[in-house]
Amino acid sequence: MTGEILAPEDAIRCDACPVACFIKPGRAGACDRYGNKDGKLVRLDPHVILERSLAQGAEAVAFLGNAKDWDGTLVRGPEHFVTAIGAGTTYPDYKPAPFIVSSKFDGVDMVTVVTEGIFSYCGVKVKIDTDRYIGAERSLVRADGEAVGHVTTSEYGSQMLSLGGVHHLTGGSRKQGTATCETLLSLCNGKEVGLTVDDGASLLIAAGKPPAIDGNLEERMRVGCGSATIGIFARQWAGKVDEVVVVDDHITGVLSEHQAGKVLDTAPTGIKIAGRRSTAGRYFQVAEPGTSWGGTNITDPLSIIKGFNAKVAWPGLRLLMVSTTGEQFAYFELDEALHPVEKELPQSLRESVDRIRENCEPAMTSVLFMCGAGGSLRAGVTENPVRLTRSIKEKITRVTCGGAPAYIWPGGGITLMVDVTRMPANSFGYVPTPAIVAPIEFTLPVEAYRAMGGHMDCIRPLADVIADENQQKIAMRAENPWPLTTAGGKP
Amino acid sequence: MTGKERAQICLLRDGRLHLNDGPIDLIVDATGEAGEIGAAYAAAASRFVEILDELCSELPLLRAKAGTGSTMPAGPIARRMTKAVQPFAREVFITPMAAVAGSVAEEILSVMTYSAKLSRISVNNGGDIAIHLSHGQRYRIGIVSGLPDYFDSDSLSGSFDITSEDPSRGIATSGWKGRSFSLGIADAITVLARTAAMADAAATVIANAVDLPGNPAIVSVPACDLAPDSDLGHLLVTRHVGALSRDEISLALSKGSAVARDLHTRKLIDSAALSLQGVICTLQPENSRDWDASSTPVNPRQDREACHA
Repeated sequence: MTGEILAPEDAIRCDACPVACFIKPGRAGACDRYGNKDGKLVRLDPHVILERSLAQGAEAVAFLGNAKDWDGTLVRGPEHFVTAIGAGTTYPDYKPAPFIVSSKFDGVDMVTVVTEGIFSYCGVKVKIDTDRYIGAERSLVRADGEAVGHVTTSEYGSQMLSLGGVHHLTGGSRKQGTATCETLLSLCNGKEVGLTVDDGASLLIAAGKPPAIDGNLEERMRVGCGSATIGIFARQWAGKVDEVVVVDDHITGVLSEHQAGKVLDTAPTGIKIAGRRSTAGRYFQVAEPGTSWGGTNITDPLSIIKGFNAKVAWPGLRLLMVSTTGEQFAYFELDEALHPVEKELPQSLRESVDRIRENCEPAMTSVLFMCGAGGSLRAGVTENPVRLTRSIKEKITRVTCGGAPAYIWPGGGITLMVDVTRMPANSFGYVPTPAIVAPIEFTLPVEAYRAMGGHMDCIRPLADVIADENQQKIAMRAENPWPLTTAGGKP
Repeated sequence: MTGKERAQICLLRDGRLHLNDGPIDLIVDATGEAGEIGAAYAAAASRFVEILDELCSELPLLRAKAGTGSTMPAGPIARRMTKAVQPFAREVFITPMAAVAGSVAEEILSVMTYSAKLSRISVNNGGDIAIHLSHGQRYRIGIVSGLPDYFDSDSLSGSFDITSEDPSRGIATSGWKGRSFSLGIADAITVLARTAAMADAAATVIANAVDLPGNPAIVSVPACDLAPDSDLGHLLVTRHVGALSRDEISLALSKGSAVARDLHTRKLIDSAALSLQGVICTLQPENSRDWDASSTPVNPRQDREACHA
């Protein structure tokens, strides 16, 4: 054989890889992933299609008499949304996206452009619900010893990490890039990841699961800072206790001095608290940050009490100390020498401690994937990329990732964030560049697509796409809006 | 687009590495320290992305019939393929493509052993497997006959261990039901050899020999009718095998086992298992470990007919 191949007329030549197979109709290439379907080259990998009625019909009750014959599908049949998961990608980008699908929704002809984007400019923002100290802002976060991100500004009740990004992926050593890519991929696909913070804690986190900090599983968020807790519960403490100290790493609250205590005519107690007084009844830095009482390092609550003013305090004074999560608490009464003596917590106060705990929501790790889709992948959508950007900004084009809604940042480009737990399992992949592969879908009215210079000749009807073989049809998540609804703009 | 942009590289949930580029699909498993596994996986991935482009640059040569003094291609994998099929070139039609899967597996195995110290490695290229075992280590290999819809331990029709004491470091399976075309009718021929490339080539040759030419139960068509660029050209490849009688099965298997015995005598292979319509025939050197292939037969009725060559 010479390698010269006389291809029959009905064979097509695949351009997906350099093997460049000639494929006859109804057959697959050497990879079994691309095939010739009626003269067209199609991807045969499982391609994820969302079915709306599976999500919604599953909760419906059979109403057609013979329930056995009814599979739970609504009479009008399932609605389908073609996701980019398994859709494949195009490179170089000037090729039209792998799937450009037309369908009708509420009488409007819609187009969904589906592609798997390869993102170098990407990362995750991680929100860890904890007040425990994980490390100082700007500290490096490491995976396998490699810097993969940093601790960023904390939020109410949560510590924040910013991981990934182009500099960690491609700006450092090969090993750093690989460690970053693996960390992002695991977090995005819902897997557990172990991280360490320089001069801080070790973290074990997974999207949608409680975080473990230095091996301690975090169960509850705090209800608020110490001052906020005083504000919420002051009335419930009135008459049952003389003084309450709510211990918190950020602001420790003292009932008798706090505005809420004053309004309720709580008598001064002469209590002296460690730390720096901010405003009435609010103290900063009563202790060092840590993983104990209210996110401080104290294990003995009395260590933040410097004493009582003998001119104000009185023997028998009742003192409740509680952390902002209600996980730690102690009850004291002053003896004749005005020293606090620990006593059993009275039932009337136990209720308030329980209520603090009840108001602390389950601690979670949230992972938002963030990427810039404003680059060349737009060429797979339209010949004039900026029109896609504008159409998204004007809310004519809706952006989803595996069917999950994406938040688009204001300003230039298409910078998006998506909650990975709202996406189907294992939606993400990677290429060795290293870069993350993420599904992205653009949905817009067909007329708007035509107007932006879309690849009109590549549009395939939905019925045609869902008839393709090797698809995985999965139920749309009930919490996600159906991606085909118009984004609010006029067609 | 090059392999670097095209290839998909994924760490599977269980810690194995999945590498895919065009028709090449590898599952890599390693046992050892985490740092060493990471280094080996990184080396595997960076070599992997070059392979398909490298092979395709010499594809016409690799698809051409091998001769005893074939032109040697340039790439290391291509050379390994060509060397693996040369011992068969005198007797049968064969092209270096008969050893492509095993040769790729071996290449990845070699960069991994070079770059890290691991106690065990397996590189599985669609059933053609290259393994590394340090002293005292072993791999348990399961054999599945046919392709069950649902896989569990009951689907295994046999299993055996390869230990570091054994000479074999390559395992390959060939048959008409597999991804590649076969000239024979065997459901599956599994071969153990010193290298994965040799196991791959030998499994192909033995599978091609298990045949009943002219039998009306066999449907075969020219390879080029299915894939215009197949290296098998106009040769007839098996597409369907209807029910065969016991005598027919025995006759077909005996042709294959004769070839397998010959290859063993020539020290090209270590052992082989031949499977056709529920009958499994094994060939192995004496005093070797057990192949318990007949202990869980595909078809219990035919269990007693399992022969040991």
